[in-house]
Amino acid sequence: MLPPFEIHQPVTAAEAVALRARFGEAGALYAGGSELLLAMKEGLGGFAHLIDVKTIAGLAGLTLAPDGRAVTIGAAVTHRTLERSPLVRERLPLVAEMARQVANARVRAVGTLGGNLCFAEPHSDPPTALLVHGARVALAGASGARRLPLADFLVGPYESALGPDEILTHVDVPLPPARAAGAYLKFGMHERPTVGVAVLLVPDEHRAALAEARVAVGCVGPVATRLPAVESALAGARLADLEAGWPDAARAGEALDAVSDLHGSADYKRAMAGVFVGRALALAARRARS
Amino acid sequence: MTARQITLDTTVNGRALSLSVEPEALLLDVLRERLGLTGSKRSCDVQVCGACTVLLDGLPVSACSVLAYEARGRRVLTIEGLARDERLHPVQEAFLATAGFQCGFCTPGMIMAVKALLDDSPSATPEDVREHLRGNICRCTGYASILAAVAVAQRALADGAAG
Repeated sequence: MLPPFEIHQPVTAAEAVALRARFGEAGALYAGGSELLLAMKEGLGGFAHLIDVKTIAGLAGLTLAPDGRAVTIGAAVTHRTLERSPLVRERLPLVAEMARQVANARVRAVGTLGGNLCFAEPHSDPPTALLVHGARVALAGASGARRLPLADFLVGPYESALGPDEILTHVDVPLPPARAAGAYLKFGMHERPTVGVAVLLVPDEHRAALAEARVAVGCVGPVATRLPAVESALAGARLADLEAGWPDAARAGEALDAVSDLHGSADYKRAMAGVFVGRALALAARRARS
Repeated sequence: MTARQITLDTTVNGRALSLSVEPEALLLDVLRERLGLTGSKRSCDVQVCGACTVLLDGLPVSACSVLAYEARGRRVLTIEGLARDERLHPVQEAFLATAGFQCGFCTPGMIMAVKALLDDSPSATPEDVREHLRGNICRCTGYASILAAVAVAQRALADGAAG
């Protein structure tokens, strides 16, 4: 059972921002409800006002940016839409591959990308895949709009950089460089993942060696994170070698700020991160060669 | 109608309805308590088990965790709305043919999940089916006969049975 509340239906971002300012901590942004309503059933939040962002015009948009270099994903776009959109499947296949693996078909039908990022549940798939694309979030607030890298938006467990009078309007995901290939793999024994790994490999023009490697790991610590040391170590690596198995993969998770919880001990998660970094590299390398 | 109540104009199993509901009313409670449609079950209450699966504009959702408010202007289909003129839906017939249930508690949700999948992807592969049904739990562990039912339903629908 849910506690009583009122639902508000802003039709512009400015109206939503004004409602945020008016209700303060008694108000919550509401999209798919796949995280919020479960928390509220547990008596968390104490929100007397839900601000339905799905009634805001344009928040469900999914388009190629005018300069053709990024896909703009509205905050109210569902995981199911990301999974199936021809634009996403063609231009951001790694994002589609991730979206297909979110929770289950029912959660994907209602859960939104914006809701996922703002709720900032650490055991979650989207941030990891978006980090290797260098995604940026767009926020609207009382003092205007601002954009910031997703890495700066993700602050901690259940904590984002969203201000008390702001809403997330969309996410800009730059298209991967030419010839890039990626992979998103996850592992878990519960409904939420224990570890999620995203890899984006940019091969040289001969599709032989790496020009650039991007690796991110999620779910094991407070926030999803890129692994810069691993990315540097992969510089120049040969795709054929990665496909056969990167010898250093086992140590790839060593530097992670892992947290012990129901999903496993910190040591276990660091070890699993290494295993799945290795597998994701091998899969992405195979895709990059073909 | 109290001040907080909202008007919910929706269609449930083909019937247009106008209801007054609290904003926090969950779709499952409106279906079960207000409309007497008790086929959809409450079990985990956190979108994991699938026993409450209904279709909202054709998409599978967890009625236990979706506000009734979300059904405004949309079509809700529950297990009670599948049969036509006393004739069971091909997915229901398939579950009977393979005994795709034991205690039956998960069955309405399973059947609705399968209908959603086959409406969308009639030729879903066995891997697609397993992946799709990952979100529906059978505590009797009758999965093999459930998967067999899906295959039977796919053949029946391909042969022209009315879905």
